[in-house]
Amino acid sequence: MKKEERNAAITKWVLIGITILFLGIMLLLPLIVVLVQAFRGGIAAYMSAVADEYTIRALLLTLEATLCAVILNTIFGLFASFAVTKFDFKWKKILTTLIDVPVTVSPIIAGLIFILLFGRRSILYEWLKAIHIKVVFAVPGIILATIFVTFPFISRELIPIMEAQGKDEEEAAALMGANGWTIFRRITFPHIKWALLYGIVLCTARAMGEFGAVSVLSGHLRGRTNTLPLHIEILFNEFQYIPAFAVSSILVVLAIFILVVRSVLESRGKKEYES
Amino acid sequence: MKKRIVGIQILLLVLLSVMLTACGASSRHKNISIVNVSYDPTREFYEEYNKLFADYWKKQTGQNVEVIQSHGGSGKQALEVSNGLEADVVTLALEYDIDAIAKEGLIRKDWKKQFKKDSAPYTSTIVFVVRKGNPKQIKDWDDLAKDGVGVITPNPKTSGGARWNYMAAWAYAMEKYGDETKAKELLKKIYSNVLVLDSGARAATTSFIENKQGDVLIAWENEAYLSIRDFPDEYEIISPSISMLAQPSVAVVDDVVDYRDTREVATAYLDYLYTEDAQKIAARNYYRPSNEKVLEKYKDVFDLSMQLKTIDDFGGWDAVYKKHFADGAIFDQIYE
Amino acid sequence: MKQKRVIPGFGLSIGVTLTMVSFIVLIPLACLLMNVTKLSIGEFIEIITRKRVLASFYVSLMTAFVASLINAVMGMIIAWVLVRYEFPGKKIIDGMIELPFALPTAVAGMALTYLTADEGWVGSLFARFGIHIAYTRIGIIVALVFVGIPFVVRAVQPVLEKLDPSYEEAAGVLGAKRSRIFWKVIFPEVLPTLFTGFGLAFGRCLGEYGSVVFIAGNKPYETEIAPLVVMSKLQEFDYESATAISLVMLVVAFVVLFINNMVQARNAKILNGGN
Repeated sequence: MKKEERNAAITKWVLIGITILFLGIMLLLPLIVVLVQAFRGGIAAYMSAVADEYTIRALLLTLEATLCAVILNTIFGLFASFAVTKFDFKWKKILTTLIDVPVTVSPIIAGLIFILLFGRRSILYEWLKAIHIKVVFAVPGIILATIFVTFPFISRELIPIMEAQGKDEEEAAALMGANGWTIFRRITFPHIKWALLYGIVLCTARAMGEFGAVSVLSGHLRGRTNTLPLHIEILFNEFQYIPAFAVSSILVVLAIFILVVRSVLESRGKKEYES
Repeated sequence: MKKRIVGIQILLLVLLSVMLTACGASSRHKNISIVNVSYDPTREFYEEYNKLFADYWKKQTGQNVEVIQSHGGSGKQALEVSNGLEADVVTLALEYDIDAIAKEGLIRKDWKKQFKKDSAPYTSTIVFVVRKGNPKQIKDWDDLAKDGVGVITPNPKTSGGARWNYMAAWAYAMEKYGDETKAKELLKKIYSNVLVLDSGARAATTSFIENKQGDVLIAWENEAYLSIRDFPDEYEIISPSISMLAQPSVAVVDDVVDYRDTREVATAYLDYLYTEDAQKIAARNYYRPSNEKVLEKYKDVFDLSMQLKTIDDFGGWDAVYKKHFADGAIFDQIYE
Repeated sequence: MKQKRVIPGFGLSIGVTLTMVSFIVLIPLACLLMNVTKLSIGEFIEIITRKRVLASFYVSLMTAFVASLINAVMGMIIAWVLVRYEFPGKKIIDGMIELPFALPTAVAGMALTYLTADEGWVGSLFARFGIHIAYTRIGIIVALVFVGIPFVVRAVQPVLEKLDPSYEEAAGVLGAKRSRIFWKVIFPEVLPTLFTGFGLAFGRCLGEYGSVVFIAGNKPYETEIAPLVVMSKLQEFDYESATAISLVMLVVAFVVLFINNMVQARNAKILNGGN
């Protein structure tokens, strides 16, 4: 029995060691590289890169696109997961697959799709031009691309939870005469609260960092349609390595902040769930 | 029930479009602004030139003009303009890319005649950047084909600059052998020495300078001088015996300026590139000025002894593209 | 006919879901399809069977597969460590898992390239043994492992958490060895979700662009991935080829997802049935 216990302890620490080593190299080291490079030129160089007018405009645009994407995807995620888990209907599998498609579509192709749809070759283009709406190579295109790549993030988190919860409670409430909104608010929502928050956090994180699709749709107009990741690419291409890494560090800090928020939310959720 | 669904769908549609337009309606400037879509290595030059032009335009008309820059691979930029990126002017790496936009009907067919010197206000050429002391003894194009030499150049399929690089090697090979089969062999050897085939000129420079890949970078002359200026102790420039006279071209995008009503300022913007002040800025950013007087002043900066071929020596870009870069053409053949 | 649905709100939620799926996913995809139909079948086949295109499919599939395999193994270990063991710093590691979501792929690509180039912190260690990471297929795999980690960990983790420990205890009381318990009791339970995580990571890796272009070197036939071929076809104004290659990638993505959703649905059924 003792030998068994000792073996278990060895396995435990070996596995923990592997985990820490792997995550340290794969996740932590790239972060450290970004931070070290960002401060290679000293605090003053860092500040001037971060406080640059174009950086700030890019940051605002990134936040705007992220906000739009998160709001829309939250609305969508709630309705979609409710529909998929609480009702039976034909073609359900096709629908859930379609919802998931954006995760696996290459961002480049996502960008291309919207260029084909709204670009100058499309029949919609003349019509949009006539009413003075620019979609591609303008802010709406960037927002669309962001919505697309983060589309399933919230519903993905909600569907398994709601699936597991089943629909007995809702059915009982419905039989007692509660209306849809009350059922959702009083019965469904409390179960999914934390999963929803978790989804929102993930969606925010992914939306902020989107590069490929936005890059195809942006046109790279300095101060107009450059998001933060694109701005970093531009700085990098201008041989301004220190500013490039300095601006990257803003995103790194935002990413860490988001992850901390997520952890706090999750542990709160667990506590509430247990009590 | 059905009716309600339709109603909700319409509501959602409206919501979606309101959100998009609300986000999209950026504040309209009272002052005039134009968009200059350019290629990678011109950032520093246009940043300086835009200030000069803004001062000039203010004096002329009293208007504040803001020039919004966009940079990227020349081919990609041309594509985006063709797809609806609203550029008032394009200042790209080669005629071929502007011709591509003209084929879409956005620029008039005879754009080359609109400005002086075939609408090429500054020129450049292709040189080598090697590590200090030139450890691999690279002097000319055939040295790039030697075993053990690591070459960095971007992909001619995606990068305008890379097409000039490729053509410069071709020009050398044709001059030396006078025979296409042998020329192809030399290019095959050079390209089998290529370690990283980046998608743009800037990415290639980054691979060479920041990530320390390869022994020689084939680059725009102005790019090469910029890297030397930043790292004088680490690199040197080698001028090959034969190279190409690269003529980056400029044009007003007629379709856009008519729609945005900016023809006047856009034309003035490109015209002003030919003035002495502007040409000096070009020279300071290591572009060869087209104005001979200014070039004379900066003659110590540039190696004027190189023999420079023009693209017309090879039948112009259309012919060159078909022969070398189209699918299954010579560039694809040397990679098979 | 089916019986009337008990829970109210079906029309509303399915209506919203379908509308948004149509606008964000279905119509844009249809637009891509329409562009492909401009080609004849012969032309389509000719385009996608060009040597260079086939080579890029191979590179994409191969690297995505290897990376997802590594992720499946490491993801399993990480999830196990996070669920079963207590150790200092566990919360931080748990919070770090989503980092690849939050960090823009371009920044990750820049940092990983910097690390693994022959002069980089990690690359110099390997370069001594003649192993080059950046600008080779290994580099692509490294970038894809980075991108795919969270998919596997977050798929496996909840299932491990919910596993009823009484089975293991029972097996333990009966005298089964720990390794046997793991392979006979735990692993079969986790396998389907591990497969789901693998599939998701695989799908995501197939389309990854931002981080890969920095680290890949992009040499035709060797390190040129399919999304890059799409990009370069676009830059050559060759829309037909770009859309044709995109379509093939989309179909692959769709199939991967569909299989995934089937497995997931079966899982849910088994789990619910067992309760």
